[in-house]
Order: sequence, then structure tokens, then C-alpha cells
Amino acid sequence: MMQELLTQTTQRFRAIVSNVDFWSLRVTSESQESICVRQGIVQPVQNLLSGGAFITVIKGDGCGYAATSDLSTNGLKAALQQAQHWALQSAISGLLNADHYPRPEAQAQYETPVLQSWEQLSTGDKISLLQDANKALKTHDNIVDWQAYLGMRSEQSLLTSSAGANIEQHLHYIMPGLSAVANKGSVTQYRTGGGSQSSRQGGLEQLESLGFPHAATSLSEEALALLSADECPEGKMDLVLAPSQMILQIHESIGHPLELDRILGDERNYAGTSFVNEDMFGEYQYGSELLNVTFDPTHTEQLASYAYDDEGSPAHREYIIRNGILQRPLGGASSQARASLNGVATARQADWFRPPIDRMANLNVEPGDKSVSDIISNIEQGVYMETNRSWSIDDSRNKFQFGCELGRIIENGELKGIVRNPNYRGISATFWRNLANVGNQQSFEIQGVTNCGKGEPNQAIFVGHASPTCHFSQVDVFGGAA
Amino acid sequence: MQEYFYSLCDSLFKKINTDELLLLSFEGEDSDFVRFNKNRIRQAGSVTQRRMNLDLIKGQQHTQATCELSGSIENDLDQLTQLLSKLRLQRDMLPPDPYLNFSTDINNTEYHHDNTVVDSHKAVEQIIKTAKGLDLVGVFANGIQYTGFANSIGQKNWHSSANFNFDWSCYHATDKAVKSNYAGFEWQTQSLEKKFESIKQQLSSLAKPAKTISPGKYRVYLAPAAISELLSIMAWGGFGLKAHKTKTTPLIQMLEQGRKLSAQINLSENHSRGLAASFTDDGFIKPDKVQLIENGMFKDCLVSPRSAMEYEANINTDSEYPGSLALSAGSLNIDNVLTELDTGLYINNLWYLNFSDRNACRLTGMTRFACFWVENGVITSPLNVMRFDDSIYDLLGTHLIDLTSEREFIFDSSTYGKRSSSSIELPGALINNMCFTL
Repeated sequence: MMQELLTQTTQRFRAIVSNVDFWSLRVTSESQESICVRQGIVQPVQNLLSGGAFITVIKGDGCGYAATSDLSTNGLKAALQQAQHWALQSAISGLLNADHYPRPEAQAQYETPVLQSWEQLSTGDKISLLQDANKALKTHDNIVDWQAYLGMRSEQSLLTSSAGANIEQHLHYIMPGLSAVANKGSVTQYRTGGGSQSSRQGGLEQLESLGFPHAATSLSEEALALLSADECPEGKMDLVLAPSQMILQIHESIGHPLELDRILGDERNYAGTSFVNEDMFGEYQYGSELLNVTFDPTHTEQLASYAYDDEGSPAHREYIIRNGILQRPLGGASSQARASLNGVATARQADWFRPPIDRMANLNVEPGDKSVSDIISNIEQGVYMETNRSWSIDDSRNKFQFGCELGRIIENGELKGIVRNPNYRGISATFWRNLANVGNQQSFEIQGVTNCGKGEPNQAIFVGHASPTCHFSQVDVFGGAA
Repeated sequence: MQEYFYSLCDSLFKKINTDELLLLSFEGEDSDFVRFNKNRIRQAGSVTQRRMNLDLIKGQQHTQATCELSGSIENDLDQLTQLLSKLRLQRDMLPPDPYLNFSTDINNTEYHHDNTVVDSHKAVEQIIKTAKGLDLVGVFANGIQYTGFANSIGQKNWHSSANFNFDWSCYHATDKAVKSNYAGFEWQTQSLEKKFESIKQQLSSLAKPAKTISPGKYRVYLAPAAISELLSIMAWGGFGLKAHKTKTTPLIQMLEQGRKLSAQINLSENHSRGLAASFTDDGFIKPDKVQLIENGMFKDCLVSPRSAMEYEANINTDSEYPGSLALSAGSLNIDNVLTELDTGLYINNLWYLNFSDRNACRLTGMTRFACFWVENGVITSPLNVMRFDDSIYDLLGTHLIDLTSEREFIFDSSTYGKRSSSSIELPGALINNMCFTL
């Protein structure tokens, strides 16, 4: 049914388009469903049916776009006319020239592998699963809010172009999560997990490895323990970050600064600029020689795996940073042409009605050779932190501060008690050079971020990150207000 | 568009069963978005978008959906009828919802502010001409936004508005820039030119050698755009009844320990002054104003229909996040800001705020764009970016000296999913001992 809609829309568009040097059409159809049980009450089930056509035309040096949910011939005609008007104006006043725009010609099909589809579990069974998880979260009177949720998203797209492109992709996502809020007086602490920061591609088969729903009780117990835990100590010390915090550290202080459109200045009014410039690629020491970062679309379960980006460029695994040296930016075909740099296929649209811009996709720190116990055993004094809860970084992506849900003291090579309100701050340009140890494959976890915001007009998109546990030396660590 | 929406609703109401109720809310826009870099067009396009939100109710059982529409009644009715069948099956598998809450009184309203739409192509031409020679980067958004509501009981509401929002900055070099915004309903060349004159003056100050301050406590002036960032982060769970009842509000110390802000802080959700529709997705009409903080003390929460049912409170909003905050003015004359600041930091913009200790409402964030070092009442140099980490109880409490007597009305320029209809009205603030850490 959806396939038919995409194909018919494309045929209608082909019949009306003329008088342009190049065109592309991306037709998208998306569905979502989410169920949540909060404090024992099944919340209203949310369903979404979305979709539309995104038209790009190039004429001379001009380029314009139009997006419409009216897929009739008249709707497409009106949108085409709008795109053509913008192309005319941008030919006169545009920043880019004809050579900067990609003209995809590939023909391909890709679909997320799914072992257990959303429909294989009935709505009633999903609700039962969530109700059980919800009960397991409510372990004590001091648990004052508790939620279990489960959602799916399916996005089907067809990208065609006047150069012959015909790229069909069908991506399936599963989005589970658990949260427990504990309170005593004016102290509130919470823990999240069970996939809450690590949605995946795939089906229900992903739930178990995300800790859903069996992490419920331990999350609740940790939230309660945090109520009476000591504040995180303050000082310059060793810091060990679990994958659930590493994902934000990678995201904010490697991913964003390496987006090529930032480096080219497009984002300066909103998301910001970058401390990285075009001359640094190939020689800049971004981190210690233990730092290896890849753009990796090959983990099919990771949030941003795909075969082609939304400009029609093929996605291949590439090193972004190798042995600490900066290799290439995160930039799609258009930005690569503007900067004369090799990038990766990361021109992406967050919604059918927003234009492709440079994004992160799957951006991962590669595993090293140390077990977590080896890492901890060599630390005299430090803090271990997990699960991001606060993030802030300057517009050049340099001065950052992060907070986590839970910390643990490391003393004389051993993990000790938990501490609350763990925070740390640093500067990207020096922080990664203090990467002292990288965990091995056993600590490597595939997670992601579902709300990466950027772009004008704004776009929030799914981004995948995977990382092992990592150890940094000489970091400014601190806790909350006394 | 209003006729299309009402006709579609009327047709759809005929498709429901006699024991069912249907709530329909509509959101749509016909918008142009033009992105600039280096005072040239980076990306330009138009978006036509229509969405229907459905809530299909039978007794206390219900389920909800959002569906993209084409704008053709025939096609959309067909699609929505199929969707109703699916929702009916789903709903019957769900338990009764004890917090289901929708308006059963009929309150029809209409608001139209969409007679004249600014010509985007001409506006873009004028922007590029006026900014000639400047390194301008930003986005121009313009068009009509539509919001509608109808239920099978017989209520109908409509709100449409044609408006523009040009949000931009002009760069001197690297990260030194002047941020500006021009938003409204009627495009006036003189207003735009006046803003560019002011930008050019500030850019000349940015050309001076930049100063890096050491971490420590400084006297500061926070311009309205910077105060807006502080209030936005406070609003992240700060004012909603659900957040208060579940103890997740960052203002928990106001509730549990009786902490106060400065008596100068009077903060309200001023629905009557905002740009958003006056009705909720459940058919309730919002009150003109909700007083959130009065004389520095917490007063009322924002209460959504669900929370109202759960906690037996009165409904006063749609979601529990404010969309039209208003902070009362103080007594500081805007012309005396530099003199009263004397020596310290003049901060036009803060950015990327988050909590470093939510229970203590302690925030961290960065300075951004045009911020200056002021000595003896005179701007002497631009500032390199600094991180602050401080409590709202100090910034808007014990360390607050005064608020300006003039306020700015700021239209929210955000466009996640759709163009925002939020706004905020607020003064600037003179503050002692703001804590900078990195």
C-alpha cells in the first residue's frame, strides 16, 4: 500500500516536471505508535501517520525546494512551482553554484533487518508487559513517579532523480524505556534505562539486550539509594565514563564540531560554529593515540544505519579520527564539494518537510584492549559516571559541562559507594588528549540519541553512538550544591 | 482553510458510532524558509503542511492519533475514516482512562489575523540589500499558521495568523557576532534598517581586542534575550502541576523549604498577550493569565486537562510548559544600564543552559554572541565566551539588583516540527556576583 503510494506519487511528478537542469523527489511515509504506563495508569496510546513529498530543483546556479503533503498532481504542481521560484532567486543571490549540488543516480534498496515485528505482540500483550514493568519500578513509597514505555517507528522513503536515482529505504525503529523518580523532602533523584537513551533499529528482539523490562527493579533501587548518597567529590581526578555517558561526550565534543556545515558557517546563527577548521583534517591531534572514531553504518541495529543518505550518497564505514589524528569531517556531498574535502554520507532530513543538512549518523568510539576491571584497578582516586542527565557546551563546541544520573567512587583500584549529582567540565580540544584507557569489546555498547537538534529551520533527528567504557585523566569533577 | 477543516470535521462526525465522541484538532502552515550564510541564500524553500489530531472516545476508553492531510476533503475523509476503524479496534483493547478530560461545554471562538501575507521573495531581496557588506547568517520564516478544534458535541474553534520571523546574526570574526531578530505581522523597511544600524554600531565594539576573564564572580547586566534563556530552563518542569506533584520540579526548594526569589520577580503565563490559540486540544478555553510567581513566591501551577482530573485542580493550559511567559518590569531605566553596571559584564545572550543541580535550581550555560566588558560605565572590549554555573535563587533572588523598566516582546523563532507560536515578554536584569567557572 505504502509502496504503491510512493511509486504513484513519483510517476505523477515525473509527468509534470520540466524546464529544470536537475530534479530530485523524496517521498516519505512514516508511522509511529507509542504506549506508556505511568504510575499504574495506561496513558492514551499515540499513533502517527505522516508523510509527504520533498522536491528539489536546480536551474543554472540556483536551487530551491518545496515540501507538500498534497500528493495529487495539482499539489505536486504547486510545490514544483514554488521550488522553481526559489531556484530562480537563489541563482541570483545564492551562496552555492551548480557544481556544489549532488545529482544522485544510484539505484538501491535497503531495509532494517527485523526478527520480531511490532505486530507480533498484540496491543493487549504490550500493555501487560508495560504494566508488569511499571509495577516492578514501584519498589518503595519514596518512588514518586515511575514509567514504562514502548514505541515503534517505521519510515519508508523513495528517492528518485532526473539522473536516474531510485533509492528505496525502509527503516524500522524500536523505542523502549523505563524511569523511576525517588524523592525525600527536597531531594529528588531519578534513574532511567531499559533503552530510554538507546533506541535501536530492528524489532522487539532488541528489547532484551537493552535491559527492557528486566532493569526496572535495579533502576528503582538505584534511584532510592541516590537519595541518601554523598555528593560527588570535587577536584581534579581520574574519570571513568560508561557508554551511557560516553555517547553524549562523543556527540557534543566530537560529532558536532566535525559537522562540515558548521565549519562552513551555515549554523553560526543557531547551533553554532566549530573550533575545528578545514585545514586541520589529516594532521590535527584530536585525542590521545588511543582514540579511534568511525562513521559506521554497518551495525544494522544502530539508530542511524542506512545504505544511502538523503542526498543519495552511498554510506560506507570510514575512520573520522584514527590513532588520535583527525581524518575527515561529517559532511555530505554538497558540503564536501564546497570545502573540497572527503566526508561521509551524512546529509539527512529529520522530517519529510525539511531539507537535508549535515548530521551525525552512527558515530562510534572503537573498542580498545582493556577490560573495565583492568581500567578501575589502576586508578588510585577517581569517579565512575553513568547515564547522561545534563549537557551544555559552547557554540564552538569546546567548553563543555556534563552531569550524570549516578556516580561511583573509585579508590585504590576499587569501585566503592555511589555518589549523587556527579558533574564534570572540560575543553574538547584538550579533553580527548587525556584519554588514558579504552575499554574492550566486552564493554562496547550500542546506544544513541533521539533528539539531536540543529538546522534552520530546526530539525531533531535520530543519531547512533556506540562506545566502550573510557578512562580520562585529570578532569575537573564536582557535585551538586551542598 | 477554516471551511475545509470544518467541512472535513462535519463529514467525519457522521462516521462515528452513537456511543462515541470524537475530538479533532488541526494544525497547519503554508510557510517559506530561507536560510542565509555570508549574506547569500544557502537554502530556500516552501512547506505546505496540514495535520489532524484525533481522540476517539467511548466511555472512559479512548485512543489518539495524528494524521497528515493532503488538503483535499475527499482524500482526507477516506484516509481518516480508515484510521477511525483502526483506532476503534485499538481503543477497545485499552483499559478505561481515569484522567480522560475534555470540554463538554460548547465554546465557539474565531480569530483571524491572516489577511496580508508578507511577500517572502521581496523581503529576502531587501534583507540581502540592507545587509550588504555584512557577514549575515540566519533564517527568514514567513507564512500562515492555522490551528483549529472541533468536537462531535458541536464546538468549533479557529485561529489563523500570518506572520514572519527573521532571526539572524552578523559576524565580526570567529565567534564574535551581533544577534538580532525581527518578527511580526507587517514588514516595515524602516524597522529592518533601524535594526541594522544598531548592529553596525555593536560590530564596531566587537572589533576591539577581546578580553578573557578569569573564573570568579562578576557584576553583570543580562539583556532580555539572556533572561529569556534563564526562564526557559526554569520552565523545563518548573511550573507544571504534574512536575510539582511528582517532585521533579527544579523549584522543589520553593515548595519544600519555602525558598523565595527576589520580591521583584512577578512571573505569569499571559495567554491573552501571546500568539498561540486560546483553546486547547481538548476544547477548553484558557484563562487570560496564570500568575506563576508573585513577589518572588510560587503561586499557581500550569494545569493541563489530565492533571486537572488527576489532582482535582482547575485547567488553565494545554501542556504544562509555558508558551507566553511575562516577567514584570523593574525600575532600572534602560539608558542607565551601563552607568549602573559600572564595572562588569554586559551579556546580550546566554546559550545551551542545563541543570548542574536540579534540586537546587543550579544552572550552567555559556555566554554567546555580543558580550562586553564594561569599565566605569563604558564598554571597553568584547568578551571571549565564558561558562557560568549559578543558582536561580541567587541570580533572580539574593543577587538581583533591579530589572529594567522597559520590556521586550520576543517571538520564539524555533521551528522544530512546525513554526512555534510561543513568545515571551521580559525586562533585562542587573545582577551581582554571577558565578563563572570556565
